[in-house]
Amino acid sequence: MTTVITAILILFCLAVVFGVILGYASVRFRVEGNPIVDQIDSLLPQTQCGQCGYPGCRPYAEAIANGEAINKCPPGGQSTIEALADLLDVEAVPLDAEHGEEQVKKVAFIREDECIGCTKCIQACPVDAILGAAKQMHTVIVDECTGCDLCVEPCPVDCIDMIPVETTITNWKWPSPTESSSLIATDRGRGAEQQEAH
Amino acid sequence: MGKVFAFHGGVHPPENKKQSTRTPIAHAPLPKMLYIPLQQHIGIAANPVVNVGDRVLKGQLIAEPVGRISASLHAPTSGIVRSIGPHPVPHASGLESDCITLETDGQDEWIEHQGLQDYTRLEPSVLIEHIRQCGIAGMGGAGFPTDVKLHLGDDHIVNTLIINAAECEPYITADDMLMRERAADILSGIRIISHLLRPSHIMIGIEDNKPQAIHALEAVLKGCELNIDIRVVPTKYPSGGERQLIQLLTGLEVPSGRIPADIGIVCQNVGTATAIHRAVHFGEPLISRIVTVTGDAVAKPQNFEALIGTPFADLLEAANLYEGRLFRLVMGGPMMGVTIAHDQIPVIKTTNCIIAASDEEMPQAPPEQPCIRCNMCEQVCPVTLLPQQLYWFSKGREFDKARNHNLFDCIECGACAYVCPSSIPLVQYYRFAKSEIRTEEAEQRKADHARQRFEARQARLEREQAEKEARRKARAEEAARAQQSRKSTEADKAQADPCNTAPAASAAPDLKQLKTAAAVARTKLKKARDALKNAEDKGLDGIDALRVTLTDLEQKSEEAEQAFKAAEQAEAAAAAEKGVDLKQLKIDAAMARAAVTKLERALTKTEDEQARREMETELVEARKKSDALNQSLSEHSPA
Amino acid sequence: MTEFLLILISTVLVNNFVLVQFLGLCPFMGVSNKLETAMGMSLATTFVLTLSSVCSYLVYSTLLVPFELEYLQTIAFILVIAVVVQFTEMVVHKTSPLLYKLLGIFLPLITTNCAVLGVALLNIKKQNGFLESIAYGFGAAVGFSMALVLFSAIRERIAVADVPVPFRGAAIGMVTAGLMSLAFMGFAGLVQF
Repeated sequence: MTTVITAILILFCLAVVFGVILGYASVRFRVEGNPIVDQIDSLLPQTQCGQCGYPGCRPYAEAIANGEAINKCPPGGQSTIEALADLLDVEAVPLDAEHGEEQVKKVAFIREDECIGCTKCIQACPVDAILGAAKQMHTVIVDECTGCDLCVEPCPVDCIDMIPVETTITNWKWPSPTESSSLIATDRGRGAEQQEAH
Repeated sequence: MGKVFAFHGGVHPPENKKQSTRTPIAHAPLPKMLYIPLQQHIGIAANPVVNVGDRVLKGQLIAEPVGRISASLHAPTSGIVRSIGPHPVPHASGLESDCITLETDGQDEWIEHQGLQDYTRLEPSVLIEHIRQCGIAGMGGAGFPTDVKLHLGDDHIVNTLIINAAECEPYITADDMLMRERAADILSGIRIISHLLRPSHIMIGIEDNKPQAIHALEAVLKGCELNIDIRVVPTKYPSGGERQLIQLLTGLEVPSGRIPADIGIVCQNVGTATAIHRAVHFGEPLISRIVTVTGDAVAKPQNFEALIGTPFADLLEAANLYEGRLFRLVMGGPMMGVTIAHDQIPVIKTTNCIIAASDEEMPQAPPEQPCIRCNMCEQVCPVTLLPQQLYWFSKGREFDKARNHNLFDCIECGACAYVCPSSIPLVQYYRFAKSEIRTEEAEQRKADHARQRFEARQARLEREQAEKEARRKARAEEAARAQQSRKSTEADKAQADPCNTAPAASAAPDLKQLKTAAAVARTKLKKARDALKNAEDKGLDGIDALRVTLTDLEQKSEEAEQAFKAAEQAEAAAAAEKGVDLKQLKIDAAMARAAVTKLERALTKTEDEQARREMETELVEARKKSDALNQSLSEHSPA
Repeated sequence: MTEFLLILISTVLVNNFVLVQFLGLCPFMGVSNKLETAMGMSLATTFVLTLSSVCSYLVYSTLLVPFELEYLQTIAFILVIAVVVQFTEMVVHKTSPLLYKLLGIFLPLITTNCAVLGVALLNIKKQNGFLESIAYGFGAAVGFSMALVLFSAIRERIAVADVPVPFRGAAIGMVTAGLMSLAFMGFAGLVQF
């Protein structure tokens, strides 16, 4: 009988000691906030467009840290999804079409003949990329425009166009080499024949 | 001949240089149209200084440099500027870019120009500025503005000047012929560069497949006072790469991410040296260069001295191109050159070769096959990279790892792709990876910048909100205080004169209410009148009821008006007793006057009798009020 | 001195805990997709293994043996390991939140890592002294880390290679682990421990 009691007592004492140690550690090593949100936010494109369903990039970053899907950002595109997948060690899923398609980069352009100087677009722009004042001409600063699209709606005379950014020799990208290496050379012709047969 | 070191790797493709060295350099015939791209150099594109329709002379400045790293452009011959706009340019993308199109007039008339008298007496910065004004850029292939390179002596200690005469790529013989025929010019250029950079040692690196060029250089260097050596290096591709040549001649490796000047070495091409000579001694800007036209599809492969802006087609014609045999047109050499789609592309400052290849000479690339991990690519890489790993990472889009494996040190020489048994286009993968990384970095910078602007904007909005709140609070406090003080003075007054102030105190808050009530009554009356009129016109029912309502409303309106006026007068009296504010009085008087004028004007406009009568009564009232206020004003205003 | 060297060589190479004794395979397969997570995990496991090896020995020798409660060793050791892992978790969460997120569930799962309990129990079986326990635990951890890092490096390369479809993912991982194990078994007989 005494051995049982001794055993229980020993284990109890051990547990108490360990409990004290852990209690101290939990206070000493307390973590404030959620630093992972900053890391996620730094990967998002910062267009603050709201296409993901959240009012800005930071709220979406917080949502992702809480488990939200990473494929809701069309301006970021597939490359952002892959970067997020890399960071969080989750699977890189394709972009959720419900939130928009990945499109060519665009910038806003105000047709100055039609602008009435109402400042509604200035108030809408999340990065202050529109220059102007009440009753004065409004114009888009191209270098600052992120192409988020938020200025088009508020304009009462519908004078804002989204123009795709032109590819010039300065911003041209090398294309990926065509990959046909998954087939061995002797099989190469066969796939095409089979497809033609269908 | 001094000691020659070695670099890792390298390949020995068939040289194919003999075809184009049989005849001396020929002058290309004057083309009809010249297309001069504004971007032929590293840095910002030049800015045109001529307009469409202008006539320009040979050597005249047509575009000026923008910023420090930029180069100017000059008219290669006399003619008329036909347009300034997009035109196909020598670029791998095949896209168009802005060019100045010049229609030549055949006269080849030079602008006034002369060389510098004694350049050794000039300030180095003045001499370099002259070179900049002549539009000299690196002619070995990169096109770096030469004046920027010559300024390196300002903040770096340069102890070795290396003249790149290697020309390691097959087919190209432009530098070879230049050295054979114009070695003296090259030496003169070297002298000028040496004067500016003051190196303690000068070396000319040349491959051993150019014996005549070596001979010509030796002859010219006899008795030269400079400490200048000709170092003959074994023929190997790519010994002409700047870093490879430095390693060959000095055994030193330029650290990754740094320039040769950081280890005290500056490298210049022989073509650039010649251009410097012509600029300094003759005042001639860079308007022409030697271009090798070769390949099986031309009957007379040779070197041409071609004007900048000459379309390839003209040179090919001068070399007797046989269209039937032409399979592939390459700009540059077979290792680093780019296949181009059509021949209207112009010669620019960095074009050294055009290959018109037949299909036996440069057949279609065999299909890419899987990597067998043989590691031949690693054995030939001159930069000692791991091309196989770079390939796997580029293919798998793992760009971080590719960058960590020194992807950006790759000089894209093509030696790895040359030896790959699976015919994998390795350099395409690296170029793709590099441009993806660059784009990602640019987007990241843009995103960070956008985030900063967004956060600044949020901060600004919050600040404005806070200020507005503060102001509103201040105003509320102010109003409360004013109310408080007014109540206290009225309280004093109330003790002195209870009967007069009581109605005033009670009248003050009620005044506004009375005014509103009067206005409401008036509106109701007007509406009822309109309704009655409408009913009478249309002969509707309930006219009697309406009439009753109307009289009722008239009465109510009268009452409200009376009450309001009484209160107003009381208020005015109270205000007069209190010692009224002069400014306020003035304002009130002015407003009363304006009201009178408005009513008078309205009166002249209305037709309706009823309305006129109303207005007249109003007008009388308004005039009375105005007079009262004016009198009060004159009483209170300083004499 | 030689004894500690022998212990180290034995635990790292000859009787490698993962590849020869086949303990601790869960994190070995689960965390080895990326090199960064593998290195983080190996550091965490090293810390846990060494500390729990020492603590287990102390608990055994000072509490269980004097009171003749040797039969409680499993429970006591699990308690010790759980506490150490919890402590490690808190430290990792504080110092590297990213690593904490990356390791995810595998960090608390070190508690159930049979290599950790195995080291504690084997210390008893081999009747190691205090210093030898430290060496044994540390050596086991180094062996585990080495195997994990090597494996993750290979897995990263395999991830971009042309693996036949039926083998992709865990299958080729298992095959690779088997081949690594074969290689390490070549060390057998080097040290008799």
